[in-house]
Amino acid sequence: MARFNFFGEGLPGIDLEELKGKLIVLEGTDGVGRSTHIGLLKLWLENHGHAVLDTGMTRSALAGKRLKQAKEGHTLGGTTMSLFYATDFADRLENEIIPALRAGFIVLTDRYIYSLMARAIVRGSDPEWLREVYGFALKPDAIFYLRVKIDDLVTRVLQSTGFDYWESGMDLHMGEDMYESFVRYQRWLLAEFDKMVDGYGFEVIDASRGIEEVFEDLREKVESLVERNGT
Amino acid sequence: MSGGMKMYGKHRFPGRLFIVEGIDGSGKSTQLMLLQKWLESEGYVVYFSEWNSSPLVQDVTKRGKKKKMLTPMTFSLIHATDFADRTEHHIIPPLKAGSVVLADRYVYTAFARDVVRGVSPKWVRELYAFAVKPTVAFYFRTPLDVSMKRILGGRDAIKYYEAGMDLGLSDDIEESFQLFQGRIVEEYEKMVDEFGLVVIDATRSIEEQQAEVRKIVSQALTGTKKTRIRRWLDLTSLAKASQA
Repeated sequence: MARFNFFGEGLPGIDLEELKGKLIVLEGTDGVGRSTHIGLLKLWLENHGHAVLDTGMTRSALAGKRLKQAKEGHTLGGTTMSLFYATDFADRLENEIIPALRAGFIVLTDRYIYSLMARAIVRGSDPEWLREVYGFALKPDAIFYLRVKIDDLVTRVLQSTGFDYWESGMDLHMGEDMYESFVRYQRWLLAEFDKMVDGYGFEVIDASRGIEEVFEDLREKVESLVERNGT
Repeated sequence: MSGGMKMYGKHRFPGRLFIVEGIDGSGKSTQLMLLQKWLESEGYVVYFSEWNSSPLVQDVTKRGKKKKMLTPMTFSLIHATDFADRTEHHIIPPLKAGSVVLADRYVYTAFARDVVRGVSPKWVRELYAFAVKPTVAFYFRTPLDVSMKRILGGRDAIKYYEAGMDLGLSDDIEESFQLFQGRIVEEYEKMVDEFGLVVIDATRSIEEQQAEVRKIVSQALTGTKKTRIRRWLDLTSLAKASQA
């Protein structure tokens, strides 16, 4: 029995039996500390003898660069952007994630299809259509959803990088200024993530706590996952 | 913003969308060009939906093909991205404006090509759920050997993906092309009933085919807006008169 499954129709030419590694996803809105925790988990896993691939969004060899430019120029329509992201994701899935799983790596991914879907939904895409489109994605072993309340998020963002055009959903013209837009946009994203918790089996991690506490929580969960069926 | 997607159904735009499908060498582009000339001479506002999408998407497609980086899935997705851009920029706006929009190849090309590459038929149909349903979709049916003669005779070298070389059907590019096109034809044939494609027998003379196409199109044009601008002929005679 293959350990992995596709969400829907799947990818042509992939033998699921060959995939041995683990696929672990960290999800959550902007500024919840996903990349920090991925870095920490990677270190911890490597110290314990596991080979780790960490990967994130919009970095594919095929479309990554152009996608970044498209985002900056924001001239592409909503459906086009959704599909551009899907292309980029498919390229990373087939060329990074699947080969690593085949080689028995633990793949830690900073966001997965859920973020792509949430962002597309708030920009007008049909949720059912998105679910069908992403039917080619692999079901992860675990999805850790780093959840914060909107107030915490505002404080965090102010303390770090400040409001960013995209993280504020400024393309959606949702508010008078970056602050208002950020709050509305992120609240909407959070609502979309919350809707996915049950349907996709997210493990909710309270990310309003300190980094150490959150990490300890994550580490324990990852440890039991790795031990559960070996790698 | 694109707005809600699920548009796969009869569109409510005032314009009309006519598309042609068929394998290379079926003569569909010639027929579409002749249709365009006729529509223009009849005074319709015709928008020929050129397949020139955003340079960003085009770059990815070109690079992916050149470097042979594309898998069946990314091939399918990048073409869908490209098609979405065309839909959002070159199909929906002119349809909203009441134009007659013409397109050489449409979603059916993707359905045929991607399924031959092993992509799920159900999935690829869902993928293109955002597409506008054509007013009439013509399928130029032609026996494989006829179209092959037309193509292999007078054209540039066949390209890697065009010949389906990525499928490993044959090491010989011409043979691979033939095998690939044969499978594409099978997919087209399956779609005739599924999507109500209007079949045109492409072995008949150009004139006969065009007459049939025009007959079908004219029936679908009732109520379509015409331009108030004088026709080219009127304008030339006008220009001549003023010079005299």
